[in-house]
Amino acid sequence: MNPSVAVLRAETRLFTREPGALFWVMLSPTLLLVVLGAFVPSFREASADLGGRRVIDLYVPVAVLFALIMAGIQAMPPVLSGYRERGILRRMSTTPVRPGALLTAQLALHGAAALVSASLVLVVGRIAFDVALPENFPGYLLALLLAVASGLALGSAVCAVSRTQKIATAVGSAVFFPTMFTAGVWVPVQAMPDTLQRIVGLTPLGAASQALDSAASGDWPGWAALGVMALWTALSTGASVRWFRWE
Amino acid sequence: MTAIEVRGLHKAYGGRKVVDGVSFEVGEGEVFGILGPNGAGKTTTVECVEGLRTPDEGRVRVCGYDPATQRAEVTRVLGVQLQQSELQAKLTVREALDLYASFHERPADRQALAERLGLVPHLRTRFGKLSGGQQQRLFIALALLGDPRVVVLDELTTGLDPRARREVWSLVESLRDTGVTVLLVTHFMEEAQRLCDRIAVLDQGRIAALDTPEGLIGRASAAKEISFAANTPIDPAALRSLPGAVSVRTAEGRTVVGGTDETVTAFVSLLAREGVTAGQLRVVDATLDDAYLDLTGTDPR
Repeated sequence: MNPSVAVLRAETRLFTREPGALFWVMLSPTLLLVVLGAFVPSFREASADLGGRRVIDLYVPVAVLFALIMAGIQAMPPVLSGYRERGILRRMSTTPVRPGALLTAQLALHGAAALVSASLVLVVGRIAFDVALPENFPGYLLALLLAVASGLALGSAVCAVSRTQKIATAVGSAVFFPTMFTAGVWVPVQAMPDTLQRIVGLTPLGAASQALDSAASGDWPGWAALGVMALWTALSTGASVRWFRWE
Repeated sequence: MTAIEVRGLHKAYGGRKVVDGVSFEVGEGEVFGILGPNGAGKTTTVECVEGLRTPDEGRVRVCGYDPATQRAEVTRVLGVQLQQSELQAKLTVREALDLYASFHERPADRQALAERLGLVPHLRTRFGKLSGGQQQRLFIALALLGDPRVVVLDELTTGLDPRARREVWSLVESLRDTGVTVLLVTHFMEEAQRLCDRIAVLDQGRIAALDTPEGLIGRASAAKEISFAANTPIDPAALRSLPGAVSVRTAEGRTVVGGTDETVTAFVSLLAREGVTAGQLRVVDATLDDAYLDLTGTDPR
């Protein structure tokens, strides 16, 4: 078997053996949506403030972003820094395969996990709460992929600047709450005051929220929002490459 | 043929010299030990051989390849068991073997390797649930998966109980029988004495001695140790002036004289001359321990 495929397969298997990661990445975003939709009746009523939309409509993209925050920023950095700390990357570098294969597999795995979890959110939103599927599907996909890329890049940067697994978990949590806020988990971005919306729009998750929202309602995501995500992805990737230590 | 060549190796971290001009050659099929106290530069030296570190100065070759620049070639001929390096806790033994086998173009027979290393009963066990000895055996298996010509084993038996240690030793012996060259890093004398054809004693980044285990023991300043409890005190000065005597010390009523065969003969004559009865007289050969302490301990720091 091709070594990269073998590494990806092994890492996928290991991922399925982590009940915590499985729950938080794969299930908790959908659960968030279901709990809000089921227990807060007002969320299912159309609101004039939101241009006739329901709060639950806004929470679908929020839950989608929640999935990628969980995968990229919460789940991945401790795994990667643990691999470094426990000498797993080092052991690989004594074989014909470079340890980068392990990092690539982790990025692919958590990216895929985020996308699967996001799809689950969309499907459950559609079935349980009659939330329309994204009208501009290509636009939505593009926004989602860029959002996943920026989430993974942020997670990689967290791992790169953290010397130990403990620090990675701590730094991850410090990044976690601002990303949760800017993704609109507490207040959906579209329900925030204008000024705050503009500021939040400069963050990767805030921009992602706006891009997903536009595509969901049929428009092409704004170039500004896509640009903000691309810029964050590039900056975080640069930081990761610059500061990542193999041991 | 030379399996490993290290010539004039220098490596410093932040201005502190860790390896300071180390040279040695390991012949094909040889088990070569690197012995030394913590911080002597053992691990750094082998890391340069493994290609994990780039030497500041000096020449390193493994089967003729430069680990710093010819990574692909070196990883094909070299198997490495690292000090303090784990695997993913939830990876099973079988999965680890399959995964690492996929890294090599022509991997060794996994089943045979698992049998040889006694891993067959543990194939479904996760790494995190293995005992220390089982983990080490798995690491050796991983190091051998590429069918290497040279294997580096770093602190192989540190943290193992005596029984597991002996198991691992017999594995290394069987490795030698298959003609694989072994570079063994250790700080256990018994291990070095039992397994190694030749030993380099490293101290403060330099090679303090390089010889066979027997040769090293012969170099101990006190090759023989005479220990006794005298019924009437013997003048320590007389003991010290015995031919070949290098040390005299008294503890708990016993006197210990370090020296050579010649010292022993002279000591017996001294006893007869003085009419002293030496109770509980023992004459013992020096061990590798003694040689090691002489080589690494007497240096005034």
